[in-house]
Amino acid sequence: MKHTLAVLVENKPAVLTRVAGLFSRRGFNIESLAVGVTENLDISRITIVVSGDDKILEQVEKQLNKLIDVIRVSDIPAGESVSRELALIKVGVDSATRAEVMQIVDVFRAKIVDVGIKSLVIEVTGDESKINAMEQLLRQFGIKEMVRTGKIAMNRGAKVVQSEKR
Amino acid sequence: MTKPKMSGARAVIESLYRENVEVIFGYPGGTVLPLYDELYDANIRHILVRHEQAAAHAADGYARVTGKAGVCLATSGPGATNLVTGIATAYMDSVPMIAITGQVPRSLIGYDAFQEANITGITLPITKHNYLVQDTKDIPNIFKEAFYIAQTGRQGPVLIDIPKDAQIEVIDFEYPQEVKLRGYKPTYTGNEQQIKKAASLIMKSEKPIFYVGGGIIFSNATEELRTLAETIMAPVTTTLMGMSAFPTAHPLSVGMLGMHGTRYANYAIQESDLIIAIGVRFDDRVTGKISAFAPNARIIHIDIDPAEISKNVRVDIPIVGDAKNILKSLIKYVKIEQAKTDTWIKKIDAWKKEYPLTYKKDNLLHPQYIIEQISEICPDAIIVTEVGQNQMWAAQFFNYKNPRTFISSGGLGTMGYGFPAAMGAKVGKPEHTVIDISGDGSFQMNSQELATVVQNDIPVIVAILNNGFLGMVRQWQELFFNRRYSHTCLESSVDFVKLAEAYGALGLRATKQSEVKDVIQEAVKSERPTVIDFVVEREENVSPMVPAGAAINEILDLE
Repeated sequence: MKHTLAVLVENKPAVLTRVAGLFSRRGFNIESLAVGVTENLDISRITIVVSGDDKILEQVEKQLNKLIDVIRVSDIPAGESVSRELALIKVGVDSATRAEVMQIVDVFRAKIVDVGIKSLVIEVTGDESKINAMEQLLRQFGIKEMVRTGKIAMNRGAKVVQSEKR
Repeated sequence: MTKPKMSGARAVIESLYRENVEVIFGYPGGTVLPLYDELYDANIRHILVRHEQAAAHAADGYARVTGKAGVCLATSGPGATNLVTGIATAYMDSVPMIAITGQVPRSLIGYDAFQEANITGITLPITKHNYLVQDTKDIPNIFKEAFYIAQTGRQGPVLIDIPKDAQIEVIDFEYPQEVKLRGYKPTYTGNEQQIKKAASLIMKSEKPIFYVGGGIIFSNATEELRTLAETIMAPVTTTLMGMSAFPTAHPLSVGMLGMHGTRYANYAIQESDLIIAIGVRFDDRVTGKISAFAPNARIIHIDIDPAEISKNVRVDIPIVGDAKNILKSLIKYVKIEQAKTDTWIKKIDAWKKEYPLTYKKDNLLHPQYIIEQISEICPDAIIVTEVGQNQMWAAQFFNYKNPRTFISSGGLGTMGYGFPAAMGAKVGKPEHTVIDISGDGSFQMNSQELATVVQNDIPVIVAILNNGFLGMVRQWQELFFNRRYSHTCLESSVDFVKLAEAYGALGLRATKQSEVKDVIQEAVKSERPTVIDFVVEREENVSPMVPAGAAINEILDLE
């Protein structure tokens, strides 16, 4: 079972090491991890996808909360949130396949961000399944390189993940 | 008011003054020279150890007896890495400690400079928190936070790494009045509803038992524990870390539980209908086979660390908060006309009679006898232990009366801990007799500290239960590896009397029962650092014993 956690942390050196180190030494599995600064410049938000049962999730949350630099840990429930990943995919093309690849890009509402004689770099944004599907389709043309960000997620509606109750 | 200008090193000393630090255990070196220069005429006692590991253990021992954070200090690189075992020991046992290390100048960090080690990285998993001073101006704030973090909530060690150039740079000093940590807000008062639920469960129980650990000592809740135990007339068992939290001789005491616990404590746990667990973490040495642990019991778990709740066993009523506060409320809500535990207590008393802690009563020199004699001659002593058989016998055969009088490395099980920790304990409580119950193996891991106790006039007594073996490992080899004593024999042993004398300490020896009393009395009377070499039965076993992985009532008596 996968869970998505939004972890608000102090925007300080070594905080990511503290968080990642905690996962490895307690034997928790990180599926993906994305980190960036928030609307508040001294707070960063780490989105972690972790696999495990409810008991493991409970320990993950409690152990994260024990870190001094962790301000807040919230579970982002799949059904009530939006989530996105971004991928850059470099596909090998020639004059025969270029058009077909461009068509797929179009259907997926992805973007071509670099055009070369023998390759295209495609930018695709979406949830995990969309990116997986895109990858699947492009594989036949030869994926030369691919890079994916971790998942980022946000609750739908008015509910927010805040450092302190306002 | 203008802020006084001072160097980073001076700012450290000023910060320590404000935290009422009276003693530092340390060892100088290149990157702490500016700090040591300030210490030269500072109003803080500095105790020069002979190995940094001992500085950390001494700070730990000091903290455990006084309840205040112990402070240790070392230089960068090897100085800092030598602290690691001591920091890990304190972390596992939740002991408040501040470890200060020097670091190479900021411009050299990351360049593999001479005596550079990434000590904040190394200690990440064994500190409650740690700091690398990157801006000298942060020193006062970091110290304020560090002491606050170390001494609140579930306590623990905090390390502060200070680059040499930051010790020299001049700043405006102002010590903050309060800490602002939005990510750290320990819970002290338990949830009222949960406490009421616990109280009603307690009032219904016919076979309750208290299972208490280090947390009850750290929160100074031993009086409240006693009041509640006597109100509901429930037996009290303690973990190794909880030894001395409840008087050994109290009629409700059933001693230690777990692997080398008493039969009656283990039986009582297994048969109880309610476990009131306070400041404990259901460690594997306590629970044995976890699926067979206390099958009929509901569990109330009181702990200051929410992460300990339901970590190892399912808990019926968790209460997060300070044990003292919660026990006070519980006492208020538990209204009992007549305790319902008569039958239960009778049963336990029968077990106590049937299965007492004992050993062979013959003329030979058994280690258990020595502990009993120490208990009789020095009833108010602070007992510090090493790790292994000596530790178990010290837990089993000394008659503890007051909290913070049993000091031992419970979680990490660090051999070599006892002697330097005893040194720290004696510095913290100079009016107490402090005795390190040691083995010949453990003592040799930090025996160089004899120089420290002699130089600084710290009259601790080391009682070596000398069997020429790494006794506990030998015991396991005897029981589970067909007596193949692979590398556990220390037979070509040291002359500990001469060793003590070489350092200028008093060395004594006893080889017969009849000599035991005299040497203990002589050691106490001498008021000098003393090593007593008790040449004991070589293959004595710690008994009883629950084999690893068995249920705790599947307990064996060993010869």
